[in-house]
Amino acid sequence: METAATRQKKDHTKPAKLGREVQARLGQQLRAMYDDVVSQGVPDRFAELLNRMDGNGNKDKR
Amino acid sequence: MAMDESVRKAVLGAVPSLRAFAISLCGNVDRADDLVQETLLRALANIDSFQPGTNMSAWLFTILRNHFRSEYRKRRREVEDSEGHYAETLKTQPEQHGQVELREFREALAHLPADQREALILVGASGFSYEETAHICGCAVGTIKSRVNRARTRLAELLSINGADEFGPDEQTRAVLARGGE
Repeated sequence: METAATRQKKDHTKPAKLGREVQARLGQQLRAMYDDVVSQGVPDRFAELLNRMDGNGNKDKR
Repeated sequence: MAMDESVRKAVLGAVPSLRAFAISLCGNVDRADDLVQETLLRALANIDSFQPGTNMSAWLFTILRNHFRSEYRKRRREVEDSEGHYAETLKTQPEQHGQVELREFREALAHLPADQREALILVGASGFSYEETAHICGCAVGTIKSRVNRARTRLAELLSINGADEFGPDEQTRAVLARGGE
């Protein structure tokens, strides 16, 4: 029968499997891109925002 | 209520990674920082709903992701120039080794459907498990796995690294070294 089963198989057809080398290289570039931003640390505006919230917490909630 | 010091530290500690995630979603540093700011304000306003002992980072990522989905995607059409803007925003950052390769990678990433991009980033760069990512994205683990696979395949196509041949002898040598070298 080439109805439900076949169709399902088609739907689940996976893209050609990538080699380990390709996957490793993609992973490396992905992390390089991400870590480029992470290494910038916490910009002042966010540190200040959190400090402000901390200090004014009681006032804001009143 | 004053914020617990450990909570404040946990939130602060998650900021660099939140920014990296936001930039990969928006493709624009300024908008990403606004997104992070709005996420932090929401998180702080709802800090009581955070359960101590659970993953603060995953909680913040969920808020950021949902906020992006609801607010930013509406606006995306107005600013639909992803590639050009990626290049522009990157010029403001210091030139570093491998910057060209990174820029090409970002551009390729910008071509992926949002679903696939977020799944790939969360699993491949943010370091979340498939289960955590499924929770953040509000879908099944199998869906995340499938999105990550499709994202990788599409990226490899876009970057023309879909065959082992592309690597040449250098890469083969490296592979051999990686296996045997210590």
